[in-house]
Amino acid sequence: MKVQRLKWFSLIFALGAIMLLSACHKKTPPPQPPPPAPPAAPTASLTADPNTIDQGQSTTLTWQTTDATDVSISFLGAVQASGSQQVTPASSTTYTLTAKGAGGTQQATTRVTVNALQAPPPPPQVNATEEELFSQNVRDIYFDYDKADIRSSEQAALQGDIGFLRQHPNIQFTIEGHCDERGSTEYNLALGDSRATAVKNALVQSGVNAQSIRTISYGKEKPFCAEHTEACWQENRRGHFVYQK
Amino acid sequence: MGLFRISSILNWMLPKPRLSCRLAVAFSCAILLGLPCTAQDWIKTGTGLGVDKVRLAAPDFKASTQDPKNADLLKTFNDTLWNDLDNAGIFDMVSKSFYPLGDIGTPADVRFEAWSSPPPNAAMLAFGNLGVTGNAMTAQGWLYDVKNVTSPQVLGKQYQDAATSDAARLTAHKFADEIIFRLGGGIPGIAESRIFFVSIRGGHKEIWAMDYDGANQHQITHLGSISLSPRISPDGSRLAFSSLTKNGWEILMYSMDLNRLVSFPRFGGTNLSPAWSPDGTKLAFSSSRSGDPEIYVADQTGANLKRLTSYKGPDVSPVWNRKTGSQIAWVSGRTGLPQIYTMESDGANVQKLTDEGYAVSPAWSPNGQFLVFSWIRHYGPGAPGGDDIYIMDITSKQWVQLTHDGGRNDFPTWSPDGRHVVFQSSRSGKEEIWTMLADGTNQKQLTFSGGNTQPNWSWK
Repeated sequence: MKVQRLKWFSLIFALGAIMLLSACHKKTPPPQPPPPAPPAAPTASLTADPNTIDQGQSTTLTWQTTDATDVSISFLGAVQASGSQQVTPASSTTYTLTAKGAGGTQQATTRVTVNALQAPPPPPQVNATEEELFSQNVRDIYFDYDKADIRSSEQAALQGDIGFLRQHPNIQFTIEGHCDERGSTEYNLALGDSRATAVKNALVQSGVNAQSIRTISYGKEKPFCAEHTEACWQENRRGHFVYQK
Repeated sequence: MGLFRISSILNWMLPKPRLSCRLAVAFSCAILLGLPCTAQDWIKTGTGLGVDKVRLAAPDFKASTQDPKNADLLKTFNDTLWNDLDNAGIFDMVSKSFYPLGDIGTPADVRFEAWSSPPPNAAMLAFGNLGVTGNAMTAQGWLYDVKNVTSPQVLGKQYQDAATSDAARLTAHKFADEIIFRLGGGIPGIAESRIFFVSIRGGHKEIWAMDYDGANQHQITHLGSISLSPRISPDGSRLAFSSLTKNGWEILMYSMDLNRLVSFPRFGGTNLSPAWSPDGTKLAFSSSRSGDPEIYVADQTGANLKRLTSYKGPDVSPVWNRKTGSQIAWVSGRTGLPQIYTMESDGANVQKLTDEGYAVSPAWSPNGQFLVFSWIRHYGPGAPGGDDIYIMDITSKQWVQLTHDGGRNDFPTWSPDGRHVVFQSSRSGKEEIWTMLADGTNQKQLTFSGGNTQPNWSWK
């Protein structure tokens, strides 16, 4: 009887041990090679800002792609995976971005609506606008005493002038060279000539058409102010832009 | 010590005793104080080295007829004659308060003792008469050496002209010039010379002319633009100047005989400051036709254009050596602020004459020895820059300051006799034309209307 109970106990004990042991640590399956992952499909997005413009205006296309090796946009051709570009469509256009990768092809589109201009405004109105634009955007270049070279603090103004003038290649204008009241009539006329020429040369070197530019010196004959102060003297030492109608 | 050397070079005008007295003071002053003695920094120039200034008496001319026009004409004549003699720079005019009583009109009226003794103590006596008959004015004038009783007459002249104020003035100028020529070492007087200048009094800068004493100011050009830098030709027939036309700044040529512009070529660029060679055959000027203002020379027709300078920087205001015609002085900004340079008339042998400040507007003396010019010796923002006329001996490069009375002084020009300088000054508050002796003394204002600049004295 005791022996039976002992066998029963050892059986239960062994089962319990086995159960306990097998519960203590998980059973790891043998490692297997992972199955090959399928290639990710490329993603693409394309936006235009603004997406409604007037004729002649520009808009900026901005796009983003992932997992693509070959990205192109209609009318632009091949482009980088992500980027932006300014475009000036003449009429309403749908731009399509195509992104190709190992995982397939993805497309994105955006539509830019171009509003046609009203009937062209009568010519005098156009000139007035151009002249106003000229005086708003083309800034005079100021000089140091007795100098005809363009100082570094004037480079920003000069670059701005160059930008505007290159965008409006049809404008004809004059550069007047002026000097302050000090010094001699004759020397100041020569110095004013050098100042006007210096400004013209800087423009021409940066792509402004030389044929559009006339230069003249006024020396100290036509000052902008008459006070005998440093401030007024600096005010007078300049290359002055005048729009030619 | 610079003063000493300059005075020895420049003492061709004034008496020696006066010169060495002033000189000694200046010299010792300079030595003792070791400072530039600005009070003594005035030069003495003169003709006839060692000759005292002539003591000249010039009583009013007497009326020779009874005509009512006589009074005004005599006043004009007498005032003009006195001014011409007094301003000549070579006379010690006997004050009218010392004259013996009684009018003089003819040689018979002359009492020698009364004039040659104190108080007048005159060496020379100029006298005569003037009268109107009908529409004609007749004047008779004599110059007497009152110390030579037996043969006193140095000069006896008769003049006839219209009975007008202008004619009375001109006759006085002619008589004065005769006296000056005889007593001034053979150098002709300047009483009949003219000064060309720029005036804005009509609203635009135009070319004007006047007598050398400021009388008879009249307009020459009527271009309605900006006309500058008048330069009369040596023979007085043509006036070159610079004007702003629709093509830009051009050299224009005005015929004084025809009273109108005559043709002159266009060169392109900005063309300024014409200058005549002393033989009248060539014109030097500044042109920026190559892109940078340079000095050019052409024939007086404008043909045969030759470029003389080729340095970056404004080159302007050329002037020829008036004696030889073989050199040119001009202003160049090639090193920064404008300085005065000389070169041969073919462009060779460039010499720099000034080395500081802002120097412009050179004018070459008739004897070829000196330049006068305008100089701001201390320049720049905030500096107390005086803009004054200076005279420089070209060989030694030593200079003396001629104006000290403030204002901006510029554009000096020499008289034909080399004894006077006329210039522009703003010291009165407006820009006007002034005259002075070439030693800086006797400064007098000639114009009064404001905006009168850039004088140019005729060559005779």
